[in-house]
Amino acid sequence: MEKMGVLEGRKELVVALAGNPNSGKTSLFNELTGSRQHVGNWPGVTVEKKEGRLKFEGIDFKVVDLPGTYSLGAYTEDEVIARNFIIYDKPDVVINVVDATNLERNLYLTMQLLEMNANLVIALNMSDEAKAKGIEIDKDKLSQILKVPVVMTVATKGEGVKELLENVLKAVEFKGERYRIDYGKELEEGISELESLIKEDEELSKKFFPRWLAIKFIENDENIMKEFSSKTALMEKVKLIQKKLEGIFGEDAEVVVADKRYGVISGIVKECVKKRSTPEERYTLSDRIDRIVTNKYLGIPIFLVAMWAVFEFTFALGNPLSDWIEMFFDWLGEVTASWLLSIAAPDILISFIRDGIIAGVGSVLVFIPPIFLLFFAISVLEDSGYMARAAYVMDRFMTALGLHGKSFIPMLIGFGCNVPGIMATRTLENKEDRLVTILVNPLMSCAARLPVYVLFAGAFFAENQGLVVFSIYLLGIVLAVIMAKIFKKFLFKGKTAPFVMELPPYRVPTLKGLLIHMWERGSLFVRKAGTIILGVVVLVWILSSLPAGVEYASAESYIGRLGSAVAPILKPAGFGTWEAASALIFGILAKETVVGTLGVVYGAEGDALFEAIRQHFTPLSAYAFMVMTLIYIPCVATIAAIRRETNSWKWTFFAIGYTLVLGWLMAVLVYQGGRILGLG
Amino acid sequence: MEEKVSTLDKLPVGTKGKIVKIKAVGELRRRLVDMGVIHGTEVKVEGVAPLGDPIEITVMGYRLSLRKREASQIEIEVI
Repeated sequence: MEKMGVLEGRKELVVALAGNPNSGKTSLFNELTGSRQHVGNWPGVTVEKKEGRLKFEGIDFKVVDLPGTYSLGAYTEDEVIARNFIIYDKPDVVINVVDATNLERNLYLTMQLLEMNANLVIALNMSDEAKAKGIEIDKDKLSQILKVPVVMTVATKGEGVKELLENVLKAVEFKGERYRIDYGKELEEGISELESLIKEDEELSKKFFPRWLAIKFIENDENIMKEFSSKTALMEKVKLIQKKLEGIFGEDAEVVVADKRYGVISGIVKECVKKRSTPEERYTLSDRIDRIVTNKYLGIPIFLVAMWAVFEFTFALGNPLSDWIEMFFDWLGEVTASWLLSIAAPDILISFIRDGIIAGVGSVLVFIPPIFLLFFAISVLEDSGYMARAAYVMDRFMTALGLHGKSFIPMLIGFGCNVPGIMATRTLENKEDRLVTILVNPLMSCAARLPVYVLFAGAFFAENQGLVVFSIYLLGIVLAVIMAKIFKKFLFKGKTAPFVMELPPYRVPTLKGLLIHMWERGSLFVRKAGTIILGVVVLVWILSSLPAGVEYASAESYIGRLGSAVAPILKPAGFGTWEAASALIFGILAKETVVGTLGVVYGAEGDALFEAIRQHFTPLSAYAFMVMTLIYIPCVATIAAIRRETNSWKWTFFAIGYTLVLGWLMAVLVYQGGRILGLG
Repeated sequence: MEEKVSTLDKLPVGTKGKIVKIKAVGELRRRLVDMGVIHGTEVKVEGVAPLGDPIEITVMGYRLSLRKREASQIEIEVI
C-alpha cells in the first residue's frame, strides 16, 4: 500500500511508449494492456492514437502508444505528435522500446529522448532474436552508461514485462541525471549560450527543457524556428551560432549535431555489444525469403498472387456473410413491420422503422465482414514484413502513375468496395500520397456498381456485355491515373516525398496481434462512419416519404421533386428525366440502389425492367448513364470513410464535388460526342 | 587498392562502399540521417527491385530501400 505514494493524489500514472517502427512496440503495448485498449485520433490529425490501461501492484497506469518514429524532428506528423506528447503532456515515464537486433540505429531515437529529459526506461526488445543472430548485449553496461534502467524483453511472448513494470514504478520517483551527450567544445559553447538565454525567458523555460530547445535551435528545427520567429534577439543569436559552427565544421550545424550523436552511439555500441556478427554470418532465413520475394522474375508474380489472395479472402469470404446480414435485416424489417401492422401502428411509423432505422443499421453492418477480413489480411501482410516488400516491388510502377508503392493495395481493394479501400490507405505514411490515394479511390469501380452496369448493358448491349462493362472499369482506372497526376501537380505542387523505407526482417505474425488489429480498425469504422451512414439513410427516407400522404419515392415526394429539379441539368447527358435523377440521388445511399429505384419508379421488375429501360433510354444515353454511375458522388459509406480518414470536411466535400463535376462532364462528353459521331 | 568515388545508385549489386558525402538537403537529408545513412558508414547494395527501381541496401546491419533518385545524392567510395 505504501507504493501508492507515487501517485500523490492522482488517479493514475501515465506511461508513454516510444520507439522505432518495427521495434515490437505495438506487441509490447498489446502485451501490457491486453484488450483494455482504446483507439482514436490525435487531435486534428489522422494519426492513430492508442491508449490502454493496466493495473500493476495496485497502481493504475494509462499507457499511451506514441507513433513509431526513427527520430523526433519536425518533418513528419508522427514525429511532431510523439515529441509534443512528451513535452506538453509530460508522461511520468517513457518506455523506449529498442530493437536489440538493430541497436545502433535505434539508439539514435534514445539519444533524442534523453535530450528531452524524458524519464526513460529502456525495453531491449526481441532479445531472443538478437541472441539467435549472435548479438550479445551487455545490458548492465548499457544501463550504467546511459544511467537508465534497461530490461530485456520478448514482447511477443510476454517475457520481461513484469520486470519492465517494476522498473517503471521505480523510475517514477527518479530525480537524478540521465546520460548527456558531450557535443564537443564548439557545439557545447553554442548550446550553453542559448541555454542561458532560454532560461531567462520565462515562457520558454517553463514549457521546454532548456538544453533540448537550445539543441533544436542549433539544428534549425522547422517547427521550433517558426514558433519563436518573433523572438528576434534570440533568433539573431541562433543564426550567429549556426553561422559560426558552419564556419568551423564546413557543414550545416544540423549535420554536425547528427554526426556527433552517431559518433557517441558508435562508441556505446562498441562497449556494450560483446560480439558483433558481420553481415556475412547473418545470411538468415529472412534473407533467403527476400531473395525469392524480390527476385527479378518472381517478384511481380508473387506480388500479384498475394494481392489476389487478399482480394479473395476479403470478398469471397466476406460477401456471403454480408448477404446474410442483409437478409437478416430484410427479414427483421418485414417481421417488425407486420408486428407493427398487427398493433395498428400508422403507416408512416412502420415505414420509418423498416425503411429508415432497420435498413439504416443494416447498411452499416453489411460492411463489417469485408472490413474485418480486409484488416486481418492487411495485418498479416504488415506484421510478416511483406507489406514493405510489396511497396518495394511496385514502387516504380505506381510512381509512374503518380502514386506510391503502397497505394496499390487500397486501389485494388477499391474494386471490391471503396470503404475498406480508403481505410487501407492507413499504411501510407506520407500525408500527400495518402490523400491522393483516398481522393481517386472512388474511381475504382466497386462491386456495388456492377448491378447497374449489368442492367443497362444487358438491356442494350447483350452481345457485348462483358466488353462494355470492362470498358467502364477501364475508364475508371484511366481517370484515376489522370486525376492522381492532376492532384499531385496542382494540390501538392508536385512534391514527391522521399522513399526511404526500412525492409524489416520477415517474422511470423502472432494471432493475438492480428486479432487486436482487426478489431480496432473494424470497430472504429462502425463507430465513426456508422453514424454518418445511418443519418443519411434516415434523411433520404424523410425526403422520400414527405410531404405526408405521398407514395414512397414517387414524383410527388420531395425526392421526386428534387429529381425533377435536377433533371434539366442531366439533359445534355441524355438522361434528363426525373426517374433517372431520382435513381442517381438514391444511388448515393449505395450504388446498387440505382437499380432498385428504377424498378420502383418504372413500376417494373425483372424482364419488364429491361423493357422499361429500353423505352426510356437509347444505347448512347444508357452508356452515358453507366459512366455517370461510375463517377458521380461516392456512396454515403465511402463519403463517411473519406471524412473519417482525412479527418476533414473540406477534403470530403472536395471529393464529392470533383466526382460530381467529372461524372457530369464525362457523361455529357460521351452523349454529345456519340451524337456527333452519329451513334445516337 | 584503387579508390573510386561514385554515387550509390551506380554501385553494382553485391558491392560495398563507404559513404563519403550526402549531397541531399532538407527533408531527404534528414530522413537519411535518421535512418543511419551518414558519412563514414559502410553500405552494401543487396538488390534492385524487379522494375529496376528502388534499390535495397544494408546499412548499420539492417535493410533499407530507397529510390535511385535519392541514392544518387549519396557519394560513395567503393571498397
